[in-house]
Amino acid sequence: MPMTGNASLLLSGVIVTAASGVPGLLFGRRSQLGQWITTSLAIVGSGAGLVGAVAGLVGPMTPVLRFPSPIPQADVVLAADSLSAFFLVPVFLISLLGSIYGLDYWRQTEHQENGRKLRLFYGLLTAALAVLILARNSVTFLFGWEIMAVSAFFLVSTDDQDAQVREAGWLYLAASHAATLCLFAMFALLYGLTGSFDLAPLPAAALTPAGTTAIFLLALAGFGLKAGIMPLHFWLPSAHAMAPSHVSAVMSGVLIKTGIYGLVRMTSLLPQPPVWWGGLLLALGVVSAVLGVAFALGQHDLKRLLAYHSIENIGIIVIGLALALLGRALDQDIWVTLGLAGCLLHVWNHALFKSLLFLSAGSVIHSQHTREIDHLGGLAKVMPWTAVCFLIGATAICGLPPLNGFVSEFLIYSGLLRTLGLGREPGFPVAAFAVPALALMGALAVACFVKVFGVVFLGVSRVPHSHPTHESPWTMLFPQGVLAVCCFAIGLGPTLVAPVLDRTIVVWSGKFVAEPALAQAAALPQISAAAIFLLAALAVGAAALNWRLRTQPLGWTETWGCGYTGPTPRMQYTASSFAQFLVMLFGWALRPTVHQPRLTSLFPQAAKFQSHVPEVVLDRLVMPTFHLAARILFWFRVMQQGSVQIYLVYVFAILVLLLLVYR
Amino acid sequence: MIYNGIHLLLVAAFPPLLLGIINRTKAFFGGRQGPPVLQPYFDLWRLLRKGSVQSTTTTWIFRFGPIVSLTTAFFAALLIPLGPDRAPLSFAGDLLLFAYLLALGRFFLVLAALDTGSAFEGMGAAREVTFACFAEPAMFFCLLVLAKVTGSLRMVELFHGSLFAGTGTTGAPLLLVLMSWFLLMLAENCRIPFDDPNTHLELTMIHEVIVLDHSGPMLALLQQGAAIKLFVFASLLVRLAVPLDFQNPWVSYPVFVAAVCLVAVLLGIVESVMARLRMVLVPHVLTAAAVTAAFGFVLLVTLQ
Repeated sequence: MPMTGNASLLLSGVIVTAASGVPGLLFGRRSQLGQWITTSLAIVGSGAGLVGAVAGLVGPMTPVLRFPSPIPQADVVLAADSLSAFFLVPVFLISLLGSIYGLDYWRQTEHQENGRKLRLFYGLLTAALAVLILARNSVTFLFGWEIMAVSAFFLVSTDDQDAQVREAGWLYLAASHAATLCLFAMFALLYGLTGSFDLAPLPAAALTPAGTTAIFLLALAGFGLKAGIMPLHFWLPSAHAMAPSHVSAVMSGVLIKTGIYGLVRMTSLLPQPPVWWGGLLLALGVVSAVLGVAFALGQHDLKRLLAYHSIENIGIIVIGLALALLGRALDQDIWVTLGLAGCLLHVWNHALFKSLLFLSAGSVIHSQHTREIDHLGGLAKVMPWTAVCFLIGATAICGLPPLNGFVSEFLIYSGLLRTLGLGREPGFPVAAFAVPALALMGALAVACFVKVFGVVFLGVSRVPHSHPTHESPWTMLFPQGVLAVCCFAIGLGPTLVAPVLDRTIVVWSGKFVAEPALAQAAALPQISAAAIFLLAALAVGAAALNWRLRTQPLGWTETWGCGYTGPTPRMQYTASSFAQFLVMLFGWALRPTVHQPRLTSLFPQAAKFQSHVPEVVLDRLVMPTFHLAARILFWFRVMQQGSVQIYLVYVFAILVLLLLVYR
Repeated sequence: MIYNGIHLLLVAAFPPLLLGIINRTKAFFGGRQGPPVLQPYFDLWRLLRKGSVQSTTTTWIFRFGPIVSLTTAFFAALLIPLGPDRAPLSFAGDLLLFAYLLALGRFFLVLAALDTGSAFEGMGAAREVTFACFAEPAMFFCLLVLAKVTGSLRMVELFHGSLFAGTGTTGAPLLLVLMSWFLLMLAENCRIPFDDPNTHLELTMIHEVIVLDHSGPMLALLQQGAAIKLFVFASLLVRLAVPLDFQNPWVSYPVFVAAVCLVAVLLGIVESVMARLRMVLVPHVLTAAAVTAAFGFVLLVTLQ
């Protein structure tokens, strides 16, 4: 079959990354050489894939590649249309930067027992992500999906000496397989309706309303579990927190987006959606966005906090998709353009700034050996570059200008404001209630990131350093720098990505041209000009102030203690006290647990105060349900003998039974 | 061009006067003579020429905070109409830029406070960002009503003296928005009853404790930024309440300036006759502001 340049680049990217960890296995546990070879292969593979994906995004589309397979009707079918290429760009970019980061973050000499395993599954995960996004056939898709799920499980449980890590890994694996189960059911239904495993637009004639509804709901459950839409997010915080930081970056930046990719792809294949699909997604998106950030506020583990922000951002992305679905249901093209453009751009943006934040957080953890926010402080002085990178990521994730988060949130806000029905346009004003909800979310995000950055990087350290503090090596700073530059690039020049978004919208809506084009639908040039102007004004202002302060007398002294002369670092505001008021206000959802001493005598003893925001859905819903199920299913334990032969007999028996029934 | 010049001049030079008027009004109610109306200008001039003292705990964030605070307030002021229906910068959706510029200013202002490591400034910072979580939805409910009434997403057209231009169905919602916006103006600018700019106990402050460690030119920048923010909110209140779509700008500018001065007098009266709320009640009042505007929105949508 003919293969264009970018198709072969993509394929070689997949193959090289998949195999990148293998040479490492041939070297000894302490070998630096194995680590370098493995990482170089991963970089080359991801680089080739990245170039192929970008070429597919701006150049001609790749043809469909079909490789015959022994399973009937289930050839391996791969193609990169704009939608696939769009999701492939962050896959390859983040995993490329992550493998550079891993060189010093997870050095082979320091992690002899699991360094090779980590790099093997890291490459495999990248390849699996690419395959599932390229797949045009449900069997190929599930193949990629399953390898992704399993290799991510091994990555989460890299540090499997730790019981908490194992627990997070198992929880992730169970949730992941529940998602796969939903997808199996969905693809089976699809096959039943169309008689084909191909992922192609479904003929309206083949579909019944009940069948389409079932497919949509199964897709929502399966992909929603993977994306972490509330209340299906319960696996996400612990998995993201326990994985090594560059793996967290890939998981949060890219892996959970496969759920979004699945939803976007499936909604593009299904015919005209009813209004309630969009409405349901909108409600779920708003709940995820607001409660995700509320939960984040209550956290005091740096990476767990970032993980909850992923749930928030998935909420924003889902709101965009919901708006596009509403637009299609109600024939409002501008809602489709703005909603889907916002959804897709936020997928990129979140991949950029959340990976940036996870990598910066990883640098902090690498230097301080703790994830506990309240044990940190004053790091901006010793790790200035990490602090700058974290600050850029924090500003971007709060959706503040002049960075990229503002652009995608601007698109989604503009689309939602259009549902008001401005002038003579028809409207759907219920959807506009999402606007104040997004504003609430934005304000909460600002509160949360002020808290994190302030407590971790500003002030002075809260506990005496037991480890020498140092700035990270260049291998860890360079990936952060690249991501920070990307955040600025999209924030200052959103017009550059508009054509790419238009092409992707065309694929989703099944039209020949995006109507209206994004450039007409949103004032992107003005946003760009405003962002550049703002940045220039800030730079001039900062230079002027610095000059002024240099020409005037400037005294240095300790912080004004309001008359108190013996302040200690422990008197600083902590993460818990900073968020206390908001956590209390959201107490109905967060259910914080507080252990405080009861003071009885006139001269109380030294006492401890503890507060903690647990994972409510997991503790109050999922775990009780599973314990109940375990008790009910207790009697089936006799069938579980733990011996492979017996399971083979079961499989054989079921097969015979099925053959007898469906002869 | 000339209008842009007037706009810039008003934004740069007028805001401190509002503070002077407020203080003079409060002095009148207190039976004192009070400082001259131009005192805030003298203060700024003095601060700009003074040296400063900086905490050894701080980093570059501490200096960057005042810059961002002033720049964003100034930028936001360029998006709103003052006298006539025009602004130096205006595009569809600029209301989002307006809201997020103010959020950016708050973000860095509060970070600059945390940079000192002081518990008092941490306290003020926590309060500032917490109360913003109530103020932002209220502001967006107001903007939703205005967008629905005017059918536009530009600040210039949203704030169009619409209370009197409207028909029967828009009058009631707009009145609710006006009430909500007045509360927002008090809260966002840390005025009584939300915060007392003249209080002397750090434990009870919001804005004043955030800027506690800044001095000299940095403090001047912060004060000018705060004054511009007050001016922005007062201007928009005037645009909501006063029918300012006069064709002749030479009439509308003086009327506008007079109306903003009246708002300052009104603020002075409010501060003279009210006490500061207990801190735990602040969210209640802000929720009331949000619900008022939300009720206006529901009313508008159901009436049409």
